[in-house]
Amino acid sequence: MSSEDQLQVLVLDIYSQIKGTPLELELFKQAQIISQNPLLRSSELKQTVIETLSKKEHGTQLKNTVYKYLQKRPAVPHPKAGPEHLKEPLTYIRKAQSNWDKRIVKSLNSMCTELGVPLARKRSEKDQKEVIVHWGELGTAAPDLSAFRPVYAPKDFLEVLVGLRNPNAHSGEPSSFSSLWGIIQVPLRIRSIMELRLRFNEMSINQCQTGVDDNPDIPPELFDNDRSKLAKKVLNNKHSPLSQEFLKKGAPPGVRAELWKQTLGVDVDQIDQLYYEQLKSYVVQHDLLVDSLIYKDVKLTATNDDQYFVFEDYIYQVLFPFSRDTQVLDHFKHSSANPPKSYIRGKLGVEEFAVHYPPNGVIPFHGFAMYVAPLCYIYDDPVVLYYVFRELYMRYFFRLHQISSHPQSIVSLCLLFESLLQSQEPQLFLHLKTIQAQPLRIAFKWLIRAFSGYLDSEQVLLLWDRVLAYNSLEILAVLAVAIFSFRKTNLLQVGTASAAEGVLADITTLKVVPLIQLSLFST
Amino acid sequence: MATQGQPRLKYACDLDKSVLVNNFDRRGWIQVSPDEDWNFYWASVQSIRNVFSVENGYRLCDDQVINHFPNHYELTRKDLMVKNIKRYRKDLEREGSPFAEKDELGRHIHLDFFPTTFMLPADYNLFVEEFRKNPSTTWIMKPCGKARGIGIFLINRLSQLKKWSRDSKTNTFTAPSAKDTYVIGKYIDNPLLIGGKKFDLRLYVLVTSFRPLKCYMLKLGFCRFCTVKYNADVTDLDNMFVHLTNVSIQKHGAEYNAVHGGKWTVANLRLFLEGTRGKEVTDKLFDEMNWMTVHSLKAVSNVMANDRHCFECYGYDILIDDNLKPYLIEVNASPSLTSTTSSDRIMKYNLISDLINIVIPPEGTPDVRWNKTPSKEAMGNFDLLYDEELAQSDLLNQDARSKLGMTGPGLRGARDPKLQSKATWK
Ligand SMILES: Nc1ncnc2c1ncn2[C@@H]1O[C@H](COP(=O)(O)OP(=O)(O)O)[C@@H](O)[C@H]1O
Ligand SMILES: [Mg+2]
Repeated sequence: MSSEDQLQVLVLDIYSQIKGTPLELELFKQAQIISQNPLLRSSELKQTVIETLSKKEHGTQLKNTVYKYLQKRPAVPHPKAGPEHLKEPLTYIRKAQSNWDKRIVKSLNSMCTELGVPLARKRSEKDQKEVIVHWGELGTAAPDLSAFRPVYAPKDFLEVLVGLRNPNAHSGEPSSFSSLWGIIQVPLRIRSIMELRLRFNEMSINQCQTGVDDNPDIPPELFDNDRSKLAKKVLNNKHSPLSQEFLKKGAPPGVRAELWKQTLGVDVDQIDQLYYEQLKSYVVQHDLLVDSLIYKDVKLTATNDDQYFVFEDYIYQVLFPFSRDTQVLDHFKHSSANPPKSYIRGKLGVEEFAVHYPPNGVIPFHGFAMYVAPLCYIYDDPVVLYYVFRELYMRYFFRLHQISSHPQSIVSLCLLFESLLQSQEPQLFLHLKTIQAQPLRIAFKWLIRAFSGYLDSEQVLLLWDRVLAYNSLEILAVLAVAIFSFRKTNLLQVGTASAAEGVLADITTLKVVPLIQLSLFST
Repeated sequence: MATQGQPRLKYACDLDKSVLVNNFDRRGWIQVSPDEDWNFYWASVQSIRNVFSVENGYRLCDDQVINHFPNHYELTRKDLMVKNIKRYRKDLEREGSPFAEKDELGRHIHLDFFPTTFMLPADYNLFVEEFRKNPSTTWIMKPCGKARGIGIFLINRLSQLKKWSRDSKTNTFTAPSAKDTYVIGKYIDNPLLIGGKKFDLRLYVLVTSFRPLKCYMLKLGFCRFCTVKYNADVTDLDNMFVHLTNVSIQKHGAEYNAVHGGKWTVANLRLFLEGTRGKEVTDKLFDEMNWMTVHSLKAVSNVMANDRHCFECYGYDILIDDNLKPYLIEVNASPSLTSTTSSDRIMKYNLISDLINIVIPPEGTPDVRWNKTPSKEAMGNFDLLYDEELAQSDLLNQDARSKLGMTGPGLRGARDPKLQSKATWK
């Protein structure tokens, strides 16, 4: 494909996203109004329409839509590559993910058989009414969950990652890409510390940051006041790239909600409201096995968490509709995974009778609810909460539990963590390795949950500010390394793996921004 | 350890609470009985009466401190607190103080911080008058001498109060005993809900002197959540799991969670409110809570026996309504030191530790002649809420203040920059 053709494909793809939306209608209407100007010469028509539109509010909206598309767009594959390359270019990784997919489905199916519960069941009229009445307090309506267990835990998934091997690499010969001492042994390209410094340049120590310089002990005249003023300007401008840039230094808590929405291009309109209502009605109509898994997960995590227990019911209001949302399937276009399939009774294996199960293609694992929990501190309208979560999931979080060679996949993050730690703290790494406390075995749970539930909630939000700002999850690995460095003295004193875990068991008192700054920029 | 090289004090303690004893032990203090010579006495409110009773004739020495003021009940008994604050309001009105400013409807702008309250049976007639103005209002009845939610009930009909009416009083020909005295307050039926549940705040306030007033607020207060969703439905008025936030009540609920005990930190509340409602209204709320604490203490500062040996740590109960207006519900003289969860234990241990650092001078031995001005480091998790002495010296230094026409106590002494810069009455 020539670059011209590629552009053409891109434009068509973007257009397909806008087609039929109120935005398209509005743009069309305005274009008509402009073109009706009798003084306009036809040779100037196109130019004038474009120029005038781009200055208007809907022009900004269009730009934001294109920007949102580009943020999520996968790398353009090699012209000769097949469609599966768009999902995952490396065959052995594709295979590994496919095996993992199968394993999860199998485990889900055997749970069905064991417990004698169907994957999906239509609710009786009476039960439907119950769900409607208790929509705001679904926590109290939970079924007996004692027989359920999470389909998998982060630990199980880590084992799979540890077992990954590139069949083309010569065994025993250390490749320059893979870490020497770590447990992830796949050669993927990851950033060096120098590259990270450039990438996260705005976080360098000499630059003021929200999360450090807005401390109540520091007079607000020095930083906080200006920052808040600037935030207002950014919000008034309504331009996604601008708010994203602003987030590089963190969001003041009072304007985070709007900054994130603007950056993510989430703007809940009437159609979205209706769509959510529709998802809700699907929840009312059918009882899915995944609901029990979600219940179980929330009860094991958020319900017992002194930061998040108050939000228990919000999480159900997000995750139940989420599991019914077929728009979520979109993210599989550029993900290595495939949504699990199930077949209408008696038609096993017949493609025409295949349906995705759950409808959104995502089977929750132990800790999944923690992707939602911190968001409850910024959005108390469940519908807005829903769309912000969905966008975050489809942009970032899905990468944290899928095997892929993408630079932000959990595999790359693990590798980045190990190689950074090895180059920054060789003595510490060697010590931990010697006492059989492989650092990744401790850090993995942090990474897969994007630190949610491990850090103080405010710190999680400050961290996620940077994920949005840099449109990248790499900061998670950087922080994990920073935490090891920070507790280095204590870690060097311990002699067993469990003692090492003990040193890092409670990280709720840590302040993420200064830690990242120190780790990345002090030499 | 902060205590190295410090004298080993002698302490007496009435309460067998690990958060206390562990603190004393860690400092290497020596336990003695309350009858012996102690330097530091953590007494129950019952013992306090004896220590300061006239018959006892006991005189405290310069190197002795104790954890209650002799007549703390002026603040911590529900009826007396209300009486004192009402009187304080009148005094300020008479003085023409700017704090006594009222809005178009005749309501106090700065001093309207507790629900309309009456004593029963003493104020029965006044109450009936008020009740008839809005007959559909719900009221909350609380026995004056009890705590932890015991004896509290909600009413919405006058007939439910027969026992306290004038008639019944004259019938029996006896004056009501203390245990039959109640306060009846307007029930705040639009509390701020989070996750659909009602909660109130428990804030810890340390007072080391009433004249001049010196008080500190602990940063680590918490919200106490109900285990059941809130509803203002009148048919549910007797469900205490819906209406009372006391941990002692909630822990008997079927939904009680022992891991977090329904406790959520004030820092989390602030983060949530800033995130969902914005910084301005959140700052205003916290500002108002600080001010109402100071006002409640000023209201009793003249009646309180300001014994120099005393300090006291109060547990403030505050309720926030859905317009983010805070209400002072009551002040406890002995906030619970029982730990319901592990983070609760850590918090309370640190509370006592910080408290000791504030009330004991840097040299390590109690000394009533000390000016009671601890260093910033010694305050730990406490913030200085208000120091009248500092306020006064501020006042002398600030000519500009007279231009504002401020009379009465200058409440600007707080070194807490938040209280200073964002005071809403400026
Ligand atoms: N006026 C009121 N409006 C709403 N709730 C109230 C009111 N007064 C008290 N409560 C609730 O009842 C609880 C107990 O009341 P409180 O005055 O603190 O008595 P106690 O000494 O028994 O703790 C409070 O923590 C609060 O949850
Ligand atoms: Mg109380």
